[in-house]
Amino acid sequence: MHDDHETDHHDHHGHAHGHFHDHDNRYTDMQARVRALETVLVEKGLIDPKAVDAIVETYETKIGPKNGARVVAKAWSDPVFADWLKADATAAIASLGYTGRQGEHMRAVFNTPGTHNLIVCTLCSCYPWAVLGLPPTWYKAPAYRSRAVIDPRGVLAEFGLALPQETKIRVWDSTAELRYLVIPERPDGTDGLDEQALAALVSRDAMIGTAIAGVPS
Amino acid sequence: MSASEHRCDIKPDIVQSPGLPVSPEGDPVFPEPWAAEAFAMTVHLHERGVFTWPEWAQALSGQVHQPGRADDGSDYFDCWVAALCDLLAEKQVADEATILSLQQSWQRAAEATPHGMPIELRNDPHRQS
Repeated sequence: MHDDHETDHHDHHGHAHGHFHDHDNRYTDMQARVRALETVLVEKGLIDPKAVDAIVETYETKIGPKNGARVVAKAWSDPVFADWLKADATAAIASLGYTGRQGEHMRAVFNTPGTHNLIVCTLCSCYPWAVLGLPPTWYKAPAYRSRAVIDPRGVLAEFGLALPQETKIRVWDSTAELRYLVIPERPDGTDGLDEQALAALVSRDAMIGTAIAGVPS
Repeated sequence: MSASEHRCDIKPDIVQSPGLPVSPEGDPVFPEPWAAEAFAMTVHLHERGVFTWPEWAQALSGQVHQPGRADDGSDYFDCWVAALCDLLAEKQVADEATILSLQQSWQRAAEATPHGMPIELRNDPHRQS
């Protein structure tokens, strides 16, 4: 039986540093205050939660991941930046103006012909907000959180991504202090493209690892 | 600040709020999901005419210039939410006591909710409904 995936667990997931993850069932003052505002405004009929969700969704799907796509496109085009990203993703990403509120560290994991990377947060929904915007609903769902580790190949198949059997899948478990960003492989036939055109090929899911980069049309 | 120069993306007026962290394309950058939700509610309330742009700008400015705010702007969205609360109190939509009580109710609800389950206000053990 060959080992077709491995999981990189992080220290505090294995130890008793539960306080980092208490935010899963604990609201900070600001989280709770925003929920409170929403509750009162809905009760008074002043906001339509669907309209608010639609505005949030715009940033979730359209705007947030553009930052990450720009990081990937730059890594594909600029070997010096790619090396920097490998060595110190936090600083390389911050140089483009994307930093997290709590100064969490970033690590870029590069797909190669033999290795595919997938990110998850098994305990809650830690996510690289600064580069990917808001997490999609499925990322926060218990099904993805548990199955990404147990059966990553099956999860990827459900996303329509069938990888060759010999491709190794590495699953990276995000934490409150360390967030991952998958750097997909640069697609063939993209030699003449500039960074902007390259960024358009990089979807949010490709940077989570549930997809690969698109091909130019 | 003048109106947005490029109109390929329709941007709400609230994006022009002074100090709002924006990307090179002029889109807001949110540090955490709650900040995006607060932003979206503000856009929606403004579009519905609950308050005017000058009223919003004044409320936000009042909070951003409070003593004790972070020099690096890291608490910008804390100011944003405080400004929204000020404006809702002024408009007699909700006073601070109501908001604080609901905030604490949400916090108790979150703590009473088992891991992995959706957090709902009715999970607050002290909530009278």
